Amino acid sequence: MGRKKELLPGTLDLLILTTLMRSPLHGYGIALSIKRLSDDFLTVEEGSLYPALQRLLLQGWVKAEWKMTDTNRRARFYALTAAGKKQLGLEVTQYEQMIAAIGRVLKGA
Amino acid sequence: METTGKFFRKVRMLFGRERFGNELTEEMEFHREQRMRELMADGVSEREARAQAARQFGNATVAAEESHDEVAFRFETVAQDFRFALRQMRKNRGFAAATVLILALGIGAATTIFSLVDAVLLRPLPFPNPSQLVDVGETVAMIPDAPFSYQDFLDYQKSSTSFSGFDAFTGTGYQLPTAEGAENADGVRVSGGFFNTLGVTALMGRTLQPEDDTTKAPVVVMSYAAWQKYLGGRADAVGQTIDLSGEPFTVVGVMRPDFVFPPMGDAEIWGLIVNRYGHCEQDRSCHSLGGIARLKPGVTVQTASREMSAIAARLEQQYPGSNRGQGGRAALLSERLVSDARPILLTLMGGAALLLLIAFVNVASLLMARAESRRREFAVRGALGASTTRLVRQFVTEGLTLVVIGAGLGTLAALWTARLLAHLLPPDILQHLPALREIGPSAHVIAFACGVSVIGAILFGLVPMLRMPGGEARTEMSEGGRGSSGTAWRKFGSNLVVVELVIACVLLVGAGLLAKSLYRVLRVPMGFNAENIAKVAVSAPHASYEKPEQQVALATAIVREVASVPGVQAAAITTVAPARFNGNTNWIRIVGKPFGGEHNEVNERDVTADYFAVLQPKMKRGRFFTLADEAAKHHVVVINQAFADKYFAGEDPIGQKFGDMGLSPDSIVEVIGVVDDIREGPIDSEIWPAEYVPFSQSPDTGFDLLVRTSQDSGAAIPMIAAAVRRVDRGIALSFEETIEQQIHRSFSAYFHRSAAALVGAFSALALLLSAAGLYGVISFSVGQRTREIGVRMALGAVPSNVYRMILRDAGWLIGIGIAIGLGCAVLAAKLAGKMLFGVASWDAATLVAVALVLGGCSFAAAYAPARRAARLDPVDVLRAE
Repeated sequence: MGRKKELLPGTLDLLILTTLMRSPLHGYGIALSIKRLSDDFLTVEEGSLYPALQRLLLQGWVKAEWKMTDTNRRARFYALTAAGKKQLGLEVTQYEQMIAAIGRVLKGA
Repeated sequence: METTGKFFRKVRMLFGRERFGNELTEEMEFHREQRMRELMADGVSEREARAQAARQFGNATVAAEESHDEVAFRFETVAQDFRFALRQMRKNRGFAAATVLILALGIGAATTIFSLVDAVLLRPLPFPNPSQLVDVGETVAMIPDAPFSYQDFLDYQKSSTSFSGFDAFTGTGYQLPTAEGAENADGVRVSGGFFNTLGVTALMGRTLQPEDDTTKAPVVVMSYAAWQKYLGGRADAVGQTIDLSGEPFTVVGVMRPDFVFPPMGDAEIWGLIVNRYGHCEQDRSCHSLGGIARLKPGVTVQTASREMSAIAARLEQQYPGSNRGQGGRAALLSERLVSDARPILLTLMGGAALLLLIAFVNVASLLMARAESRRREFAVRGALGASTTRLVRQFVTEGLTLVVIGAGLGTLAALWTARLLAHLLPPDILQHLPALREIGPSAHVIAFACGVSVIGAILFGLVPMLRMPGGEARTEMSEGGRGSSGTAWRKFGSNLVVVELVIACVLLVGAGLLAKSLYRVLRVPMGFNAENIAKVAVSAPHASYEKPEQQVALATAIVREVASVPGVQAAAITTVAPARFNGNTNWIRIVGKPFGGEHNEVNERDVTADYFAVLQPKMKRGRFFTLADEAAKHHVVVINQAFADKYFAGEDPIGQKFGDMGLSPDSIVEVIGVVDDIREGPIDSEIWPAEYVPFSQSPDTGFDLLVRTSQDSGAAIPMIAAAVRRVDRGIALSFEETIEQQIHRSFSAYFHRSAAALVGAFSALALLLSAAGLYGVISFSVGQRTREIGVRMALGAVPSNVYRMILRDAGWLIGIGIAIGLGCAVLAAKLAGKMLFGVASWDAATLVAVALVLGGCSFAAAYAPARRAARLDPVDVLRAE
């Protein structure tokens, strides 16, 4: 059980919201999607995923709905709300500014 | 908007809490299943896949709990913790009961005393702007807080500029005719502006006014209680004429029911000083008036005090004879009223604080011991995913639950005991501190109880955390809470025990010294035989006995009539019964001695010939006076030993003469006898020089009648009273009691008795609590060392070795505790020196006794666990490991 790649602090919400941009997903789907999109580089710990989802629900950035999966199992699907889309835009901007700033520092060194 | 939306979502989740939990579980279950399926698709066996999925998923409880925390309100977990705490208490009834009881005792005692302190020291006087009211008066040689003479008062009133009101008052008795004979009503005579200075108005009619001083009309104001009692509360009371001491007075007003002037207690009738303008009012040396003044806005009491002194200096120049060496004084009324009670209350508060400290230390130590035994539980809970903050909160909640219950019970008990305690205070104090009669759950008291509880809760929450497992779950679980961790706690617990012993020691020494003071006070040499003497205060109406000859005739008739009552051996009259107070003094000048105009103050008692037959004091020299002396023109006097020692040291006092400061021929008296020091003042006061003057030389209409009976004097009082009334039905009687009762009820006796009783109770509790604390610590230590003891015994140690080992440890703690305690106790007793009487703060007998008692009890407390240790069966112990 090798060491997992830790996410940058504060980026989990951003990743979840991004994943949900395309289509509603259940918790497992979100974890899987992040893993695949990052070419297995990022692993979201379930211990952080579910608390984060509750937090996003509470903020009103995502909404949840119980639906049937392709395999005919009941699962809770999360979807982005209008407020969530706005928040995503905000977080992406902030993230890019942050990365750019860090890049500048690293180059300068 | 955003926050409100969030709030509503939170509330919705709160009500769907169970669904939330179920959904979360289902969701996570689904997650694990998906993962498993995926792994199985990769060819992993079902069993292995399940295990991997679970491992990868991590701690489901933590995830669920954290998810829950994201959406939960804080109070939900608090309620959960609270329910858990209650469950814990139900499971450990003994522990919970002990903790709650100790807390209730400690907090109850502290709250009780605080409610007294609050009522007396913190509650403002019941007048508008009470901080402007000052007590004013004069100072004379032996009395630093002397009252005004009326003439002086008028001068002060006229020339002072610091005050918006400046008035005088003096207690008096008014005789009211009733069906059974005259009754004595407590009265006060005041100067006209008195009520205005206080800032109070009447319920009906008006109060007395400054104009009344000018018109000198015979008017009075009644208290609400007197209006009910004497006039049946009739609506037309104002304007009625009532008979007071044989003279008609018009009632001009009735005061409100809540009006009370603390220095005068429960006065019923309020009249004017000018209405009874007698000998004393004209004499600049007759100090009889209390003073009350209101500071002008912005004037400080210091300024006022300086002005009073300046006026005193001017008066001294103007009247060098009467005012020599006199000063003026002003102090806040609120300060003056509590000056008697303050040392008692502060001492009690100190005692209560120490007791509270012991209680807290004990509970903290109990909680620590429990936390120690629960280290394993917490380690397991931590391993199962409980976060550290959550565990800490659990601790705090448990501490808080105990404190809330303990404090609740303690406060309830306090409200009840405070009323009870108020009765332990001397009646004099109670009369002057009406606030004590209405002790109740004031905001201050509740706030105090809450404050104490909060401190306790914080303490009890935090202390066990010191011993919380710090993440080393594996070590804790494998060691099972044994081993090194216990040692640290043992040290800490030992320190707590030493603190407890020190406090108990201080309280015990205090109680011992106060008890000894009480013993000394009650057995102080009285200088006379106090058994079987009855006392009745007599006041005859002024109107009927205006002339001195009439007063002498009245006294003679009363003594004769009372002496004829069966069982009465002797009856006599004195100005003031013995063991009451020093005062009623005369300023003397010895004939043939150098005199610089100083005030030689001596107690003057005007007595009839049988005074000494009643009191039976020892005669030192010369003789008592007789009826013949009373009748003679030749003035004679008997002095006490203190007088002889002070003014006739090394001389024969018999035949010496003295008189007033001007040695006016009328005042010259000749000493015919020296009597032993009869205790005229309170039992814990100094003996003053005293002169005993034949009543006929200085008669009055008010005096104390003393009667020696052959048997129980208390039982004879009704017959004595009847005999006095046979002389004149218009005579009012009061304070009927025996001299022994009077001493017993006196301020000094009460003072020392209540102090000894209360501190005694505190120290008993402290002894009990600290013994319990010591028992707890030693038991815990024995429990921790069970294995060690078992090994020792297996290796050949005999029970006596084990006893020695355990008791040596305890002995160290006890020794250190007592040694420090005795040192602190002596210091504390020095600080409270005012409360001691006839006993030194380092009284060796008391210190040794306390050391023995405390040491004995402590060893007894340590003995039980030591015995348990010595009886251990090494085989059982080692097998249990």
